[in-house]
Amino acid sequence: MVTTDRTGVGGGHAGAASGSVPSGIPGLDIDPFAIEFFENPFPAHEALREAGPVVHLDKWNVYAVARYAEVHLVLNDPLTFCSSRGVGLSDFAKEKPWRPPSLILEADPPAHTRTRAVLSRVLSPAVMKQIRDGFAAAAEAKVDELLARGSFDAVADLAEAYPLSVFPDAVGLKQEGREHLLPYAGVVFNAFGPPNQLRQTAIERSQPHQAYVQEQCQRDNLAPGGFGACIHARVDAGDIIAAEAPMLVRSLLSAGIDTTVNGIGAAIYCLARFPEEFARLRSDPSLARNAFEEAIRFESPVQTFFRTTTKDVEISGCKVDAGEKILMFLGAANRDPRRWADPDRYDITRKTSGHVGFGSGIHMCVGQLVARLEGEVMLAALARKVAAIEMSGPVKRRYNNTLRGLESLPITLRPV
Amino acid sequence: MPIITFIRSDNRSESIEARIGDSAMLAATRHGVDEIVAECGGNAMCATCHVYVDDNWISRLAAMSDEEDALLDGVAAERQPNSRLSCQIKIEQDLDGLVLRLPERQL
Repeated sequence: MVTTDRTGVGGGHAGAASGSVPSGIPGLDIDPFAIEFFENPFPAHEALREAGPVVHLDKWNVYAVARYAEVHLVLNDPLTFCSSRGVGLSDFAKEKPWRPPSLILEADPPAHTRTRAVLSRVLSPAVMKQIRDGFAAAAEAKVDELLARGSFDAVADLAEAYPLSVFPDAVGLKQEGREHLLPYAGVVFNAFGPPNQLRQTAIERSQPHQAYVQEQCQRDNLAPGGFGACIHARVDAGDIIAAEAPMLVRSLLSAGIDTTVNGIGAAIYCLARFPEEFARLRSDPSLARNAFEEAIRFESPVQTFFRTTTKDVEISGCKVDAGEKILMFLGAANRDPRRWADPDRYDITRKTSGHVGFGSGIHMCVGQLVARLEGEVMLAALARKVAAIEMSGPVKRRYNNTLRGLESLPITLRPV
Repeated sequence: MPIITFIRSDNRSESIEARIGDSAMLAATRHGVDEIVAECGGNAMCATCHVYVDDNWISRLAAMSDEEDALLDGVAAERQPNSRLSCQIKIEQDLDGLVLRLPERQL
């Protein structure tokens, strides 16, 4: 069915507007979970932003926001836009979740407040000071090893290998079975998407990965002093009950690895594509942390999350009923020209504060400091040791309903 | 609008007009006070908007939360009794004249 766009604001993007829901919100026939979209989301992001402050995606029958102001607003009003009905398309009020809901990601205040406080303390700035030197030394060693090889795949050998060399140890995981970590995270992030092939296949194959993760979250399997043991210690302090601790460890394993893999991968891809920015980084390695942050804004490794309206609400003049899912395009907000000057430029000295690549508000990425630490020390090591990053083969994209990143990025490093 | 003065570690100062309801962090970043990094964008998560509140003002601010207290243990510069996170200082008219000193480093 094709109807006229009654608002008349969808112009300039012929073919994008396909209809209109009763409130005058423009309906678009864009599928943000299709392979073509993953290959190049930017023209569609622009169409979504320009169609209006709120749009309706007819294919999945869901509302969406793609401009910075509205994405920020939805993220920062958790009472109106709740997470407890799931932060994917699936509505937990209508459909059984594919796994027991997260105690932090898929929870609302006041329940969320208590569990969030536990993870915030476990991953606090003070804890980062303690792990910093170890993470930095591992990054230096990794860059030395890769320089010796010269040419390699920056996804498998760097973006995956480095986080896998530091984060599981920091959590306190056993050595065996770690090969389940990335596949498990892949399922988690595919499962936020609609019931397409990616999601269905991922969930069908998830059983061994789920079994591994559930086992590793138990207290006996976590090394003393690690993040996992620190979470379990909060049971003794009375902050959480024993049954909650493994579920919070699960959150670290769900969201702590694939995200940083794609964040570091995004940064390497940026520096390889924009050698003048790598030159600036080399001339001032103290820019490493911001160069990583800007890559998060520029590529937005976590592209989307959903909320559910708890009441009838008006967003920038658009009426949305209670009980509706709203899709937030974090990646589109991070390149909204209403908020960012020259948004499609990767600029390692940009003032990035306020980007929504880690979300915003009470659910903002609780592991953001770990992500920044990993990104910073890796880019700083590259800045000091590497003269040039050259792409040396075909770039292949990886397809996931939520995560934006590459399957393969062949590069060659030239030593200083 | 209330005027807030930021004093850098080398004693250069800058007085800016802050919007009521904004945080002191947001007022600083809106006016290009680059010493306020604010990596997390004001969500009380990163401890990179650390300030030292002038002694005449410290008792006039709303008390800090347990979360802010814990975060201040992780600031890059030395934590002092008058340390606060500027994202947690909400600007009201009665803070007109507030003086905040900037630490040497946020990271």
